[in-house]
Amino acid sequence: MTDQLQVAGSFEAEGTQDAARRSIQIVPLRGLPIVGVLVVFLILSISQDWRWGLDFFHVAGGALWTSIDLFVGLVIGPILGRLSIPARMEFSARFMPKMVLLMPTVVLMTLAAGFQLAITLHNLEPSSPNHVWLMASFAIVGVMAVIALGILEPANIAVLFELRKPNPNGELIGRLMRRFVYTAGILGIMQIATVVIMTRVTTQ
Amino acid sequence: MTAQAPAGELTRINRHLPPIVQLAAGSLAAAVIGGIYMASYFPSRPPLGLPITLLIVGLLLLGTALIMLARIGDFGWRSFRVVGFWTLVAYVVQAGMIGYAFVHNGARGSPLVVIIFLLVVFAVSVPLMISFTVGRYQPR
Repeated sequence: MTDQLQVAGSFEAEGTQDAARRSIQIVPLRGLPIVGVLVVFLILSISQDWRWGLDFFHVAGGALWTSIDLFVGLVIGPILGRLSIPARMEFSARFMPKMVLLMPTVVLMTLAAGFQLAITLHNLEPSSPNHVWLMASFAIVGVMAVIALGILEPANIAVLFELRKPNPNGELIGRLMRRFVYTAGILGIMQIATVVIMTRVTTQ
Repeated sequence: MTAQAPAGELTRINRHLPPIVQLAAGSLAAAVIGGIYMASYFPSRPPLGLPITLLIVGLLLLGTALIMLARIGDFGWRSFRVVGFWTLVAYVVQAGMIGYAFVHNGARGSPLVVIIFLLVVFAVSVPLMISFTVGRYQPR
């Protein structure tokens, strides 16, 4: 009797998980107003050359971007790789929508504020000792942008669409998640180079 | 949840499609390099030879990718359109922010025109890569 109840309970739990997975929002709409507020403050900071705002967006955004890339690539990734496919799907259904909203916002904050700061502080001028370092940083960001936008983000969104199917393909999700996690790891390592450059720039 | 897919699904997942993501990634790379090159001269006026060359390369790659895409028959067009539209909206906003940063800092004339076209390549290539990656695994 107890066994029957446990089996019935596990089917019920699986059914609830299935329903939750299939009703996932690709973009969490509740987060959009927060993104909107951040973008408005970012535009104001740039238009007013508001130094504190620019510093805040660049430093806070850069720290989040680096930390998330490193954490996902080097901590979450290996753990995820050892999970069963249903567990990976369950995790992805909750994790990936947050990344869809979080990462582009953090990247936009960091880069837009950083570019404005570089101009305000005259670091982009060829005579500046920081010019070469910023060029190196631009090159790294360029490579990161192509990897993130060409591989990581498409994989992220494709996983979410697959998860919404009545019978999602675990093999495909595993393949796309591997792509996501490896590229996040590569980006994390490249972020370390950016951190070295940025700390160098601020102490010149 | 199932880990096994039906045979039709497996064919869909493993089938060979034109290198649209690679071409779009190439056009994105051209736009990013062009944009970085121009930003590195900012606020001075940059030489436009290299950025214009990169812009032409980016447009050619993007155009080729779009032509190849239009010739695919069995494809998740519905998902492609939905994802393509919303990602296009998102990346037009991002491109607008970048363009605004240049205009705010005094970009004018032909450098601004080149920047705007590079941003157009950026704003189209990224949604193309995302929506193609989604569409290839979805039913028609």
